[in-house]
Amino acid sequence: MITRETIVNAVIALLLLAIPLVAMTLGEPFYVTLATRITILALAAVGLNIALGLGGLVSFGHAAFFGIGGYAAGILATHAFNAEPLFLGIEGTTSMPWIWLVAIAVCGLVALPIGAISLRTTGVYFIMITLAFAQMIYYFAISWPAYGGEDGLSLSVRNLFPFVSTAKPLPFFLICYGALMLAIILFLLLRGSRFGAALQTARQNETRLAAIGIAPFNIRLVAFVLSAMVTGLAGALFADLNRFASPSMFSWHMSGELIVLIILGGKGRLFGPLAGAMLYVLIEHVLGGITERWQLFLGLILLGVVLFARGGLLGLLAGKARHG
Amino acid sequence: MVEPVLEIFELRKSFGALKATDGVSLDLRPGEIHALIGPNGAGKSTLIHQISGSIRQDSGTIRFLGEDMSGLGVPQRAHRGLGRSFQISSLAPEFSALRNVMLAVQARQGSSFRFFRPVMGDRSLKEPAMAVLERVGLAKRAHLPAAELSHGERRQLEIAMALALGSKAFLFDEPMAGMGPEGSKALTKFLDGLRNEAPILLVEHDMDAVFALADRISVLVYGRIIATGKVEDIRDDPQVRRAYLGDAL
Amino acid sequence: MAACPCAEYGTTALSTALLIEQLLNGLQLGVMLFLMAAGLTLIFGVMGLINLAHGSLYMIGAFACAVTASATGSFWLGLIASLIAAAAAGAIVEVVVIRRLYDRDHLDQVLATFALILIFSEGSRWFFGSFPLYLDIPAALQGAVPLPGGGRYQLYRLAIIGVGIAVALGLYLLISRTRLGMRIRAGESDREMIAALGIDIQSLYTIVFALGAALAGLAGALVGALQSVQVGMGEPVLILAFVVIVIGGIGSIKGALTGAILVGLIDTMGRFLLPKTLALILPASQAGMIGGALASMLIYIVMALILAFRPRGLFAA
Repeated sequence: MITRETIVNAVIALLLLAIPLVAMTLGEPFYVTLATRITILALAAVGLNIALGLGGLVSFGHAAFFGIGGYAAGILATHAFNAEPLFLGIEGTTSMPWIWLVAIAVCGLVALPIGAISLRTTGVYFIMITLAFAQMIYYFAISWPAYGGEDGLSLSVRNLFPFVSTAKPLPFFLICYGALMLAIILFLLLRGSRFGAALQTARQNETRLAAIGIAPFNIRLVAFVLSAMVTGLAGALFADLNRFASPSMFSWHMSGELIVLIILGGKGRLFGPLAGAMLYVLIEHVLGGITERWQLFLGLILLGVVLFARGGLLGLLAGKARHG
Repeated sequence: MVEPVLEIFELRKSFGALKATDGVSLDLRPGEIHALIGPNGAGKSTLIHQISGSIRQDSGTIRFLGEDMSGLGVPQRAHRGLGRSFQISSLAPEFSALRNVMLAVQARQGSSFRFFRPVMGDRSLKEPAMAVLERVGLAKRAHLPAAELSHGERRQLEIAMALALGSKAFLFDEPMAGMGPEGSKALTKFLDGLRNEAPILLVEHDMDAVFALADRISVLVYGRIIATGKVEDIRDDPQVRRAYLGDAL
Repeated sequence: MAACPCAEYGTTALSTALLIEQLLNGLQLGVMLFLMAAGLTLIFGVMGLINLAHGSLYMIGAFACAVTASATGSFWLGLIASLIAAAAAGAIVEVVVIRRLYDRDHLDQVLATFALILIFSEGSRWFFGSFPLYLDIPAALQGAVPLPGGGRYQLYRLAIIGVGIAVALGLYLLISRTRLGMRIRAGESDREMIAALGIDIQSLYTIVFALGAALAGLAGALVGALQSVQVGMGEPVLILAFVVIVIGGIGSIKGALTGAILVGLIDTMGRFLLPKTLALILPASQAGMIGGALASMLIYIVMALILAFRPRGLFAA
């Protein structure tokens, strides 16, 4: 069924694709990089949205996974470059598919204990404990001089993807765009699946879920881990985009930024993260060009959205969300 | 003597100095409706919470289908067939009545970790759910969000979900509450037909319904069962009359 | 925040004087955190609101003190200014923004107060630029005091500890002995009830918020003389304050005090002792690095452990 929201989504998806294509023909590769940034931030936010939008889990520590993904890319690339094995004879690699696999796997493994402990808490405590875990990892990252410490880790060259010249802006953008679209499809499938039904019920009324025999904890834990894995993939791509893995990827500002992206676009909406990312980068670029104090206006806009436009950008464009 | 479906033995629960449950023993036999009545504050809700698993008893045992439930949480007990409805309707408000019941069907099938196949196109969920909704009389309202249903319809939906679960025993906590006379009559008739599928432990204040439906009645006062027996015996019991001072019996 | 005089005493020496000094530093940090945490926990306990902008109120207090002190030459006038400025900022923010958030879910509160952080931080940078301001320790509190064991300790830091104890006492008296305190306690247990009793909820909430803000501003001003006063100074403190109230139990002032002292001591002693302890089994450079990393992570590890066993903190309200 074609709703107004479907049309808006299609427009947004095509717009994101069109910008870099047009930019390349006009010989302005900078805008391709900007579009890639939007794409990757949107991907990270889609990951968070699995936990937040579907599951109602306000994770203030998702930057941890973004950073782990980024550092996975950086560390593997560095070891490949120095031709030094990591440990147990495992060697570095500059192959993106392998790097992504590692980033996703490590994020999943880290998210499991973090989720298992955090999900024993609720409400404000959950928000705080996810923040605490991310802070732990942040301080760990800046204290580890082998991988750059506070200065972060550089990737001398962008990693490789078979048959694609990743060093060029447009092909790399297309890889990221593909990843984003796949993630959005994954979100759509999850939302409509049995798992999604249980997860959304856990958000709406966990007493009810337990009363019919489904343990909310298990459902939420799986959602949390899946969510971490997608955000981790985004982190790996981000490190490749900037050719740099920075400890700020772990910071609580980053966690806050991811939540902001979702809210700006519209919480729980399929294209909410992407709409939010576009709006955010637009504000950063346009207002940032006028004043260094652009974040002041971001704050005002965010405040306005939270107080008065709770459906976010998609709420304004596509009307109220339809539920099952 | 047939094995009881649900057996509660010497259950005790205190909140500080307050003895909410003070050595309660009762059982639920196959095919019966066992009503639990008592004045306000008697501890009926606390007892239901302990049976369903949301509160842990201080001492005493709860056996369901021969199995000791003590270590099990709410989801596990529900999964083993203990279905309940809530005193204050507890549903997924954004989901339609149909999706709510489909979730119960899904829970019964034990298949919540399926990530890809869309639920709305799944006949193995939709058909049983619609059948149950037909049975409780909500079929015409199936696609409305639960938040938009009337109070009575929400009670019906709660019962539908317990049905869809394929429960082996029902715990109904004041299902008549807030229903007008028409609704109560319809629900009474419905529950009457339900007893053969699975026995019902019915907590109720509505005495008409209780006397019409109950095979046995237990009277709970200040956390203790002061009488258990058939309708006539309870009606004539002087202790029960005294406990209900002022209440029409 | 906690100075390490390791160069003075040598990295392996563990004298009583050094130990006492570090303990006092931990206490001082704890007291600072208490000032922040008390406000945060009151605001959450009474209004059910999670306030990320508390760090900004800390910053406003510090800036107000620095500006007033340099204009008038008096640190004490600066302190008064910090209390007034922070309380006023708190009251204004409460009336304009915060009061619309009481009925919202935590996500909305987090986002709105996060937005306030951006507004305050960038607003301050606009006003004052990105350069730090300096605040001098008042003459009356300069110098050091001899400690048992032979060391010397900054008088100013001792004064801060004193202020903290005084505030803790004052809060205790306020909450347990005054009518305002009674209303606060009533508000903590049943919000709807006190409205029904005819108590002016709106004013109560504004007062509680302003009180929390004033405490934060006081903390900022006091610390401003030890470190510099700059935008963003409130953020690390804010995070630690949240750790404190989570450990202590959100809504409990007793919990805030216990949590604050605990966090202050653990963090300070951790940074002090961990590298030394590890140096006994590892080579010095590794010990320093791993010890430093562990020390930074330590307080979060402690919090995660406490929440794993007591998901609502130590003194859950």
